[in-house]
Amino acid sequence: MSVESSAATTRSPSPSDPSEPLLVVRGLGKRFAVERTFFGRPTSWLSAVDAVDLDVRQGETLALVGESGCGKSTLARLILGLIPASEGTITFEGLDVRAAKGAELRRFRRRAQLVFQDPYGSLDPRMKVDAIVAEGMAREQTTKEQRRARVLELLDLVELAPDAVDRFPHEFSGGQRQRISIARALAVAPTFLIADEPVSALDVSVQSRMLNLLSDLQERLNLTYLFISHDMSVVRHVADRVAVMYLGKIVEQATAAEIFENPLHPYTQALLSSVPTLTRRRFTKRIVLEGDVPSAIDPPQACRFASRCFRVIDHCRVEVPPLEGIAGNSAHRVACFNYEPIGADADEGRGSSGDDG
Amino acid sequence: MSSTRDCDDGEMSALRAPILPGTTPNGALLVVEGLTTEIQRRRGVFPAVDHVSFALQPSEILGVVGESGCGKTMTALSITRLLPAAASVTEGRVLLEQRDLMALSDREMRRVRGRDIAMVFQEPMTSLDPSFTIGYQMIETVTAHGAGSKSEAKARAVEMLERVGIPRAASRLDDYPHQFSGGMRQRVMIATALLLQPKVLIADEPTTALDVTIQAQILDLLRSLRDELGMSVILITHNLGVVHEIADRVAVMYAGEVVETGTVASIFADPRHPYTQGLLSSMPDLTPPGDRLPVIVGRVPELTSLPPACRFAPRCPNRIAACDASHPDLETIDERRELRCYNPKPFAQRPV
Repeated sequence: MSVESSAATTRSPSPSDPSEPLLVVRGLGKRFAVERTFFGRPTSWLSAVDAVDLDVRQGETLALVGESGCGKSTLARLILGLIPASEGTITFEGLDVRAAKGAELRRFRRRAQLVFQDPYGSLDPRMKVDAIVAEGMAREQTTKEQRRARVLELLDLVELAPDAVDRFPHEFSGGQRQRISIARALAVAPTFLIADEPVSALDVSVQSRMLNLLSDLQERLNLTYLFISHDMSVVRHVADRVAVMYLGKIVEQATAAEIFENPLHPYTQALLSSVPTLTRRRFTKRIVLEGDVPSAIDPPQACRFASRCFRVIDHCRVEVPPLEGIAGNSAHRVACFNYEPIGADADEGRGSSGDDG
Repeated sequence: MSSTRDCDDGEMSALRAPILPGTTPNGALLVVEGLTTEIQRRRGVFPAVDHVSFALQPSEILGVVGESGCGKTMTALSITRLLPAAASVTEGRVLLEQRDLMALSDREMRRVRGRDIAMVFQEPMTSLDPSFTIGYQMIETVTAHGAGSKSEAKARAVEMLERVGIPRAASRLDDYPHQFSGGMRQRVMIATALLLQPKVLIADEPTTALDVTIQAQILDLLRSLRDELGMSVILITHNLGVVHEIADRVAVMYAGEVVETGTVASIFADPRHPYTQGLLSSMPDLTPPGDRLPVIVGRVPELTSLPPACRFAPRCPNRIAACDASHPDLETIDERRELRCYNPKPFAQRPV
């Protein structure tokens, strides 16, 4: 298919080296001023994203998980330059994104695309599907016929019928709208797709088809995904690697298998034990966290999870725990002074069979 | 019935117990029989809830599951008679301890709501009035039902807020809804619903808007309230994981009908209806990471164009001629298990 070939031809040969990360984020931070003096000098800050380091490798799916307000969507928008970062560097295919201008920046914005959570709010209700999908590629495709042909190809790719082109977004179901927004993102032949909660507004039976589609597209177009989600069952299914965020910081990062089999950060452990699943024994003891996520306004220069942590020690309230590789596995990184694997006592629920219903 | 109202929480379940048994067939607390709710649309009148029947036992948590548009919320709104203007119950009975709620006057129904049946909605921000303090709203709930003086009401409000885990409850009565986080607001809603110690709590997607760690807190809370107060719960949700964790029995709905009911153990270990099977296998939990997820072909039918015979037939892998010829009934297939299907087959995918 020419969509695939055009995606392949626009891809520069350099980043195909699998050892080289596609995206390198270092020390990325974003602060919003929440209070100012009369003269406009900020006196209080909301630290939405703080000192985030992240590598995304060519062709992988990196899942970014965490609860509402943890900064995962802000991080996605920082990476794409949709909101300016306060500090840190973003390198994409060797390009310093924060310093990029003109043609370089435009190229980056084609190669890195975002699919939004809300398939209702992110499509212009007054535009036909044809115009929505073609909007981004107007610059490249010369004639109307070429554009139309390309739109049809893209709709076919996301498994929508050709008659969709002349219809408006409100005529489609949630799952179909999400397909339209994926087609729009793919129109400019990106290599990197940030999917911000792409399935959380969908029913289970629609969700499973969307996940299959995303996985097909990844294979066919050799896409790299940053998959943002709060749903651990979905993440377990799609992710190669997982980064767990809490209150603006990454607290644990490892391969998906490692995160789910051997979660080390107390927050990851609590998060996993909170998820209602079909595979866990009913009524087993969960780690239920007390209280709510605290405010990110003027957070203490210490562990941000300390106020809810069940393994907190004095040191946690004094210093920021660095995100460091664990002994024997430098790829599994944890930001905690006092972590411990889930012991046999707390592990009773996992891997149980259906005998209990 | 209302004589048990003013007892303290500790003795409540003990005091309530004697009034329960034998009041309705099979000792059920709430019996829904052939409930049908029609919606007025431009092109005519369509059934959003079609002859739905189920029974809720005392202290039971019944999970009602299904996808958007299956009629689960309309069922709850029909039971509580809170339907929007375009919808009305056209058939069926809802017996709460032998009283048919559908036959009550509006005034009588208002007394039942809150006192006997309380409802918690998905979005707590729209159910709490933003211009009044939560204390005012909670106290009003009690006094409006004549269930106590203002000071008694206040004491009960504090007690309920404490029970649902709101720290410094007494001092938070003067706060407005926006001063609470999403999880805390949902707790306030639940506390308000429990003020009059209802026999039945209907919770419509009570945790869907919440984060998983908060969801875990709310589910634990619902379960402990059931255990301590002997309350029955109808939990409406699209999340099979939630149902699996806390429900005792399940009713699966599709296109306005109940298609399968059973205990949680039986439904999850041995689902019979092809739709239930499809829903379960769509969950990422049951498929090894990275493998293709099984899907249900096609789409949920529009209310305005329901398939004439079995409503699931166009999407069903087990479809036979009978499925297009006549409408299957919900039949009892074994003890406390019902199924609406002409051609059930064993579940191919063994739950993990």
